[in-house]
Amino acid sequence: MKLASKDILGIKDLSVDEINLILDTAESFIEISTRKIKKVPTLRGKTLVTLFYEPSTRTRTSFEIAAKRLSADTVSISSTTSSVVKGETLIDTARNLEAMNPDIIAMRHSAAGAPHMLSRLIKQSIINAGDGAHEHPTQALLDMMTIKEKKGKIAGIKVAIIGDIAHSRVARSNIYGLTKMGADVTVAGPITMMPRDIDKMGVKVHYHIKEAIKNADIIMMLRIQLERQGDSIFPSLREYSNYYCLNAQNIKLAKDDVLVMHPGPINRGVEIAPDIADGSYSVILDQVTNGVAVRMALLYLLAGGK
Amino acid sequence: MKERKVVLDAEGIDRSLTRIAYEILEKNKGVKDLVLVGIRTGGVFLAERLRQKISMIEEVNVSVGILDITLYRDDLLTTNKKPMLGKTDIPFSLDNKKVVLVDDVLFTGRTIRAAMDALIDFGRPTLIQLAALIDRGHRELPIRADFVGKNLPSSLWEEVSVNLIETDGKDEVVIIEEEE
Repeated sequence: MKLASKDILGIKDLSVDEINLILDTAESFIEISTRKIKKVPTLRGKTLVTLFYEPSTRTRTSFEIAAKRLSADTVSISSTTSSVVKGETLIDTARNLEAMNPDIIAMRHSAAGAPHMLSRLIKQSIINAGDGAHEHPTQALLDMMTIKEKKGKIAGIKVAIIGDIAHSRVARSNIYGLTKMGADVTVAGPITMMPRDIDKMGVKVHYHIKEAIKNADIIMMLRIQLERQGDSIFPSLREYSNYYCLNAQNIKLAKDDVLVMHPGPINRGVEIAPDIADGSYSVILDQVTNGVAVRMALLYLLAGGK
Repeated sequence: MKERKVVLDAEGIDRSLTRIAYEILEKNKGVKDLVLVGIRTGGVFLAERLRQKISMIEEVNVSVGILDITLYRDDLLTTNKKPMLGKTDIPFSLDNKKVVLVDDVLFTGRTIRAAMDALIDFGRPTLIQLAALIDRGHRELPIRADFVGKNLPSSLWEEVSVNLIETDGKDEVVIIEEEE
């Protein structure tokens, strides 16, 4: 069993078999995090570098915990405390890292395609931890794992993705992954937040949250990314919240056993009401737990001889 | 061409397991603190059968755990191909327990080394014993079994396969020889 590529750059490049392999492997890794001694010797002597040009709590911590539970060593580099502030280019930074012989680099960058460029330049495995508004494959994998865990399957499950679809790498990766796995995906958001090519992505498009979440099994709320947009996409946060916030009223339109997901960090009261985020529908923290298992699976599947 | 020879049939397997169950009880003076841990995949079914036999003899159910040793293998990072990972399920503490590891075929001993390292990560057992349905020799590590169903001297180019009803539809041990 192996993955076709040395890198995980996006869900778009993965086959259904590869996604299943990753999810099945991740499922077996869950148990390790419940042990008293949360560590196995599998990746002794391997090194993971996390190279983050954008802030992150969950993703970086999750990668580091995953690596440490597999006995790999981890080094983390963030743009604010590295030579990036002295003007070193991404390529120079990567070449220097390569010279120190790590095995896997997990990287996040604000430019779409940055990890793809590095993967062609250096021999180490690259895992895309988010590139601009393009893809965030590990998030989509942990989301699919959570859906499979809670609903028993992905095929035929009705998933509504709500919010800023155009600027969301989480939405894009999930749309690629969920449609590949046979889920029934609906997206909704203001027209200014819809990507131009949305009708080619195999999803249903709505502009009102109520239509999109009707009979949904899963509602995936997206964060309003205040840092990634100009100021003309919607008039005000309050107006956005009035139309698109998931709350105790509109969630009644979904199935009784609907589950609410969010990639975090959540803007409480903007895209999701606090009582929904903390309530019984929410699997937001299960997503975080599964994130460690998914990243352990990827490190396990990628590390090794050639 | 491959030559296939049955060296142990269903009744033979059952008799061996019955004897091993008695030997386990004799050596450990009963079932106090005794647990069984089957090594994926063949050992899991054999451990379950030993549990049934022990419960028939002593009328006590001992706990059975499942161990996947993949993450402890010593040959994982030499190849890009990865064995499919199975789930480990040991839902009880191993501290101060007498653990009987159960495997289908004892060969190089490398699987058992990995299994012992894994068990130690779960706690500190009083002791670890090893039960194997077949011991085919060719050890590469200083490991021996406490309970053996059948010693089967084999050559390195032969394949010894333990087939079980649960996975193969039929209980039998076969030796498959690659012909010249």
